[in-house]
Amino acid sequence: MQLENNKEIPAVNNLVEPQQWVHKYADYLYTFAFNRTNDEELSRDLVQETFLAALQGMNKFEGRSTESTWLTAILKNKIIDVYRRKSSGLINRKDAEFEQHNFFDQEDGHWNDAYRPQLFGIEHEDPVLNKEFIHFLQMCMQKLPSLWLSVFTMKHMDDESTKTICSELNVTPANFWVIIHRTKVNLRACLQKNWM
Amino acid sequence: MNRLKKIVYNCHKATFLIEKKQIGTITLREKIELKIHLAGCVICRIFQQQSILINRTVKELFQHRQMKLEDDFKKQLQQRIDEELTNQ
Repeated sequence: MQLENNKEIPAVNNLVEPQQWVHKYADYLYTFAFNRTNDEELSRDLVQETFLAALQGMNKFEGRSTESTWLTAILKNKIIDVYRRKSSGLINRKDAEFEQHNFFDQEDGHWNDAYRPQLFGIEHEDPVLNKEFIHFLQMCMQKLPSLWLSVFTMKHMDDESTKTICSELNVTPANFWVIIHRTKVNLRACLQKNWM
Repeated sequence: MNRLKKIVYNCHKATFLIEKKQIGTITLREKIELKIHLAGCVICRIFQQQSILINRTVKELFQHRQMKLEDDFKKQLQQRIDEELTNQ
């Protein structure tokens, strides 16, 4: 850039318009964060941190992606940091309270009677139209251990590759599949318990 | 018990394959084993239906949700950004 050494020119990259960020992206980023953390206060903090980090880094932004994609990528990294913090180190209260069930017979792998799937009766409906079902689904998701929920969210909401999830959250591929399976079996059982 | 017999009677393994098949790949052999299991196991067929339902719901639900930050918080954010910009 020709004007790089000119001290008179403010160090604002003309590819970004920080004054417009709140107006253009705050709600979008807030929704993005809330969908992945289910925590309003944390989501507000994450939006603020994203804007501040973006202000720090905006001179490096080269416009290879849109402003919105760039901001979302910053937020995504911050959310992964939250996932990592939550699923490593000290076990939090929610994880400690999580009850492991024996869904299957340990000898032959049959469903144990108490946990056999039964039809919900809405298998062929559009689930998004069923507010009650969605309510239970969200409630049941929140009961999952943090690491499981992070894996589940990254896979289903963000369509991240298995490789990315494993490296970001530091789980082995074998453990990844065990988590995916246990998450679904637990989530489904929780839905059945509340729905029926 | 041979391998085929094992999967035919093993719902734990079958549900694992159901999950793996939905978001990854399973081998041809696993596909056949799963098919045989599901042909004879109505309970795992229900599991599969509901597993697909859950994945679909999660995806759709979050695509459509739109939330709003409170105006006060937005004002604070704007002020903070303006301050940072003048300090730069």
